[in-house]
Amino acid sequence: MITLTHYLVLSGILFSIGLVGVMKRKNLLMLFFSTEILLNAVNIGFAAVSHYYGDLTGQIFAFFIIAVAASEVAVGLGLLVLWYKKTGSTDLDTLNMMKG
Amino acid sequence: MFEVIAFYTFSILTIVMFGIVVFSKNALYAMSTLAGGMIFIAGFFFLLEAEFLGVVQIIVYSGAIMALYAFGMMFFDTTRDVKENIHYKKVLYSLSIISAILIVIILSAPIYSANIEAFYPSVMEGVGNTQMVGLVLFTKYLVPFELAAIMLLVAMISGILLVSKRMDMNLTEEDHDEVEGEIV
Repeated sequence: MITLTHYLVLSGILFSIGLVGVMKRKNLLMLFFSTEILLNAVNIGFAAVSHYYGDLTGQIFAFFIIAVAASEVAVGLGLLVLWYKKTGSTDLDTLNMMKG
Repeated sequence: MFEVIAFYTFSILTIVMFGIVVFSKNALYAMSTLAGGMIFIAGFFFLLEAEFLGVVQIIVYSGAIMALYAFGMMFFDTTRDVKENIHYKKVLYSLSIISAILIVIILSAPIYSANIEAFYPSVMEGVGNTQMVGLVLFTKYLVPFELAAIMLLVAMISGILLVSKRMDMNLTEEDHDEVEGEIV
């Protein structure tokens, strides 16, 4: 029998994978991929809680997260394409114009 | 029994797919495995009786977002392996510890929240999941829904404006005035 804990453990594992990816990756495109993994892990947790407590709020918030992810990709990829045209690389270490 | 088999199959597949996304050196492999992982996550939603969410997941994530990534990757050189020099090993190790703590917190959360009651019960006789989502979305969550619509519109306009800077020119007549219209 699959309980809520199973789904939450899976959600935590996927979130950890995404978190490791966010910290490990130096390429901005790969960083975006890791962000998508984070958002999807949270979505699984929301859907599971929504199912096991019989409350639809979790699913509604998952929809809003999907909307946020879609707009994040649109704006982020636009900026990334601009940056690539300007500098010729998508490396995170080249983003130090202010020498901070 | 079916649920158990499906859950473990989908979870193993999803973890393997996302592991490849995080640890692969090739951007193309990472993108295709990410698309696969999204579809397996939609499988979880169908298991959890959130059919509408599963369909939206397939359409939006594996359809729109992956197409957008594929379109964006045409600008980059994807055949070359991604070079990454990591100088902060300490960050990685501390991150692993944080992730472990996070899993423990997530595990213990349902124990402390065992007496949560449903605000908007999802079970109503004769009403399916999609209809119920519509009922809740257009009554209780109408204002966030409209705000999300405005946010998507702003994101769409900014995406178009950022990538294509030569919107004032006609695409079919681009050959004639290629030189003068260059804006960087």
